[in-house]
Amino acid sequence: MGPELSRENLVNAVLALALLAAPLIAVALDEPFYVTLASRVAILALAGVGLNLALGTGGMVSFGHAAFFGLGGYVAGVAALHGFEGSHFIAWPLEIGGSEHMLVIWAVALVVTAVVALGIGAVSLRTSGVYFIMITLAFAQMIYYFAISLPTYGGEDGLSIYLRSGLPGIEAEDPLTFFLVCYALLLGVIYLLHRLVDSRFGAALQCARMNPERLATLGIAPFPVKLTAFTLSAMITGLAGALFAELNGFVSPAMLSWQLSGEIIIFVILGGVGRLFGPLAGAALFILLESFIGGLTDRWQLVLGLVLLSVVLFARGGVIGLLAGKARHD
Amino acid sequence: MSAAFFIEQLLNGVQLGVMLFLMAAGLTLVFGVMGLINLAHGSLFMVGAFFCSWIAGQTGSFWLGLGGGFLAAAAAGALVEVLVIRRLYDRDHLDQVLATFALILIFSELARWVFGDRPLYLDIPPVLSGAVPLPGGGGYPAYRLAIIGVGLVTAVGLYLLIARTRLGMQIRAGESDREMIGALGVDIRTLYTAVFALGAALAGLAGGMVGALQSVQVGMGEPVLILAFVVIIIGGIGSVKGALVSAVLVGVTDTLGRVFLPQLFGLILPPSEATSVGASLSAMSIYLLMAGVLAFKPKGLFPVDA
Repeated sequence: MGPELSRENLVNAVLALALLAAPLIAVALDEPFYVTLASRVAILALAGVGLNLALGTGGMVSFGHAAFFGLGGYVAGVAALHGFEGSHFIAWPLEIGGSEHMLVIWAVALVVTAVVALGIGAVSLRTSGVYFIMITLAFAQMIYYFAISLPTYGGEDGLSIYLRSGLPGIEAEDPLTFFLVCYALLLGVIYLLHRLVDSRFGAALQCARMNPERLATLGIAPFPVKLTAFTLSAMITGLAGALFAELNGFVSPAMLSWQLSGEIIIFVILGGVGRLFGPLAGAALFILLESFIGGLTDRWQLVLGLVLLSVVLFARGGVIGLLAGKARHD
Repeated sequence: MSAAFFIEQLLNGVQLGVMLFLMAAGLTLVFGVMGLINLAHGSLFMVGAFFCSWIAGQTGSFWLGLGGGFLAAAAAGALVEVLVIRRLYDRDHLDQVLATFALILIFSELARWVFGDRPLYLDIPPVLSGAVPLPGGGGYPAYRLAIIGVGLVTAVGLYLLIARTRLGMQIRAGESDREMIGALGVDIRTLYTAVFALGAALAGLAGGMVGALQSVQVGMGEPVLILAFVVIIIGGIGSVKGALVSAVLVGVTDTLGRVFLPQLFGLILPPSEATSVGASLSAMSIYLLMAGVLAFKPKGLFPVDA
């Protein structure tokens, strides 16, 4: 399926360019706040892109993706703490200290979330429907309370990251550079997922969502396919979490909370479930609404609630669905 | 550790469990009959608590407040059902989760608007402010015992309602075959509104009673909501009996875990570590319980559609 100039592709391209243009214009106008805002959009969109693989493509409604988002954040926070203090995370039998290298932190975040997601997925995927929604929530709550009870890493107050980690040859403390790193990652991951969804694995995953019995009769067991997709999805969200902690210079149990799981779901739905660029559209809309309505009135949550409710009740298919029409397979 | 202390903690656990049952009963009925996940159930709990403490504050009577909270939650539930919820019955669970998540935001903001940002407080009614002596010494607050009593009476009442009355028969019929009961001439829309309002009223009752034990504020419903979900998942969604059993199980596990796990770890670990490890494990204990139950019984302890 080569690239085709459908309306959806056009909308996607406009979205991607707009996200790139916004911080460049902001720098030109000397409004650094909007660069940070654009980084937030890119990072939260990445978290949503991760969830979209499980939820949209695989039909696994995870209400616990904040667990992976927060774990990624804690990897960045803990690495920064030990790197800053020069102390060790584990002193024996291996000496594992902190790190100030972004690539190392990313790799660790990916590995940690992958291991945790394999465990959570292996248990949760035994259930389906509402039970799946709730058991993923339960696991996320477990990790949330675990983080709260860790006095070494800030407990309820969380951890500050005093120095943002760097890439070799790149000065990530500069907001625009950091945005470009996040942006490149977001587009890179979206491209990889586009390839993945069109691959044999992607076909199997979509079939596992639509008709698992048929997939099984074809000789492909749905469980490993779903577990792989769930794990990949968690890893992407975990990577986003590491970036989010670096952006804010702070990580706290709030990153693991169930409200955050809800917000990531909102990004996906608001943008359009299963759409490649849906989470970007959703996260962008969410954050724009939040910062502009939040500036106008204290009752921003009321407005958000009403907007969400109308999207669910009247605009099925989300923003992308509204702009680009129905998806091919719906 | 004395026997009286243990009994006291056990009763605390049962009291938490009974309160969770009042929440979970509504959730599980609404799911069983209408197939709806309602995240906004915690908001109805909050509505009950706010109206109870506000009315009690205005009139000076706890009992008027409790009745008011019960009715206000029922009314709010009926209103929400008619305006929003009934459009969600045919949707998938994802839409339901999202729409009711939106309702939480709306309810919380409205509560902040109407009642202000500061928490409200509610006094325990004078009749129940004393303590009841426990066997083995010590006393137990009469108010908490009353909550246990109200919960058990509600459980029995709910059982009789569902098993013995005409409304209950229609509810059970609605669970098993929605089209058929509609074809037989039962007004299914009104029935659904009634079931939803009933669940809301129970949540409001729980909220009103809990209001005297903790401060009444925006966001108080969500922790209870999550626990209530754990309860109905462990019990088997749709089963009122399962909800009762697992509510008490969860309440007791949570309370005893909080009290005894840190002491247990104190036997093998230095005190400071024992406190933190014990506290974290006890906070996780009910989720461990749930994951354990689902790993072996993916549809809960009392599966309805087995």
